[in-house]
Amino acid sequence: MKEEIIVSGRMNQLIDPHLHIWHWQISLYLFLGGMAAGILAIAALYFIRGREKDYRTAVRITPFLAPILLILGLIALFIDLRHKLFFWQLYTNIKLQSPMSWGAWTLLVITPVSFIWCALHIKEIFPKWDWKFQFLYDLETFLNRFKKVLAWIMLIYAIILGIYTGILLSAFNARPLWNTSILGPLFLASGLSAGAAATLLLSKDKEERKQFARIDLVLIGVELFLIIHMFMGFLASTQVQIEAANMFLGGPYTMSFWIFVVILGMLIPALLEIMELGKFHIPVIVPAGLVIFGSLMLRFIIVYAGQVSRWLY
Amino acid sequence: MRYAMAVDTRKCVGCSDCVVACQTENNVPIGFCRDWVVEVMDGTYPQLEIEIRSERCNHCVNAPCVRCCPTGASHIIDGGIILVEHSDCIGCGACMASCPYDARYPHPDGYVDKCTFCVHRIKNGLSPACVAVCPTKCLYFGDLDDPNSDVSTVLKKRKFKTLIPEAGTAPQLYFLI
Repeated sequence: MKEEIIVSGRMNQLIDPHLHIWHWQISLYLFLGGMAAGILAIAALYFIRGREKDYRTAVRITPFLAPILLILGLIALFIDLRHKLFFWQLYTNIKLQSPMSWGAWTLLVITPVSFIWCALHIKEIFPKWDWKFQFLYDLETFLNRFKKVLAWIMLIYAIILGIYTGILLSAFNARPLWNTSILGPLFLASGLSAGAAATLLLSKDKEERKQFARIDLVLIGVELFLIIHMFMGFLASTQVQIEAANMFLGGPYTMSFWIFVVILGMLIPALLEIMELGKFHIPVIVPAGLVIFGSLMLRFIIVYAGQVSRWLY
Repeated sequence: MRYAMAVDTRKCVGCSDCVVACQTENNVPIGFCRDWVVEVMDGTYPQLEIEIRSERCNHCVNAPCVRCCPTGASHIIDGGIILVEHSDCIGCGACMASCPYDARYPHPDGYVDKCTFCVHRIKNGLSPACVAVCPTKCLYFGDLDDPNSDVSTVLKKRKFKTLIPEAGTAPQLYFLI
């Protein structure tokens, strides 16, 4: 039997008995950022492909959620900082090895871009909108001319934003559960799926709803594949990663992960969407709400469980 | 120059003098510590084996905290010592999450703090506070590039291990076994 204790009275609640440095703020931000990334990426993609007329909600209406989500996420991030007044230090250098650094720079690009995108479509929400000043009208005309460039920037940065939320965690090899490169694609797929669910929720067009139910189905399939792939990778890896996987396969996070994330957040909405595509009529709020809820729970569970997982020593 | 420390787990009695000396020397806020003592009991009675380790930041060669820091507040100085520049630190916690040794703590003033190998003392030719006070002289500190330093000499003579070398950090805290 081996027993290991700290005898000098280390009582740091943030690291003993296990890391507890990141709380709801980070989990919430990872969700909000991921969902905003999903919304913007889908909008940009359909605009670039010239399908704006077919998927009007996705391109013109749903993006109005993105700046709100991003601002809320930024507020959550700010609350998380312990040395708040020094936050500007993030923008005094670019550190390529730190995902948090290029995440901060990505946010600096994508947030204004999301505002511009909304400004260009403001008449969709407020038909009588008046810019009041001539120079604002000039600016609008100018930006409209470069809308395709804007859409490309938005697409690229939205994908970086979506994938970085996962890479942020996978860069920490000290936490075996996070230390898997699957987390980037998984969070991206989950963010895209939440973004598709937002359009599903807002759209009044039957064809568009059908299309987004199909998109969501594909993304749920991708997520399930990535989750299985992640656990396969863990179980074939070192002892610490086997233990990290076991937290979800019989350990303390088994119930919450499989029930909230996989069953409620993926399998049931997938089933409901298949039924909807068939002949049944399902209130759209149920599958869309469940997908968004599952996406949120995924972030919470991964952030919290990751801090419990550690190297044996 | 490559500073390192060796801890003799056979001489250490776990008195925690190193912990108190560090807290006093570096004004560590109450409830936190930059170094700590771990006691590992192995086996079943009467075949028991005990190992006592005085632990602190490992001043890793491949330091994940420096890699993950978004502002460059965590940095490596000459001699391989890893420091946190308080006015660059935003308190995001990335370095704490990236440290497999949990060697860092958030200072109540907001920035993240940790062992500095008492860089202010070694600049003046003194040894770190923990080494200076150790009553059993079980801590050895010095420059690994100098073959005659305390730490180089003892590492030549004794068997040693490092903590979680498989984490890929190349830790510079050696435990004599």
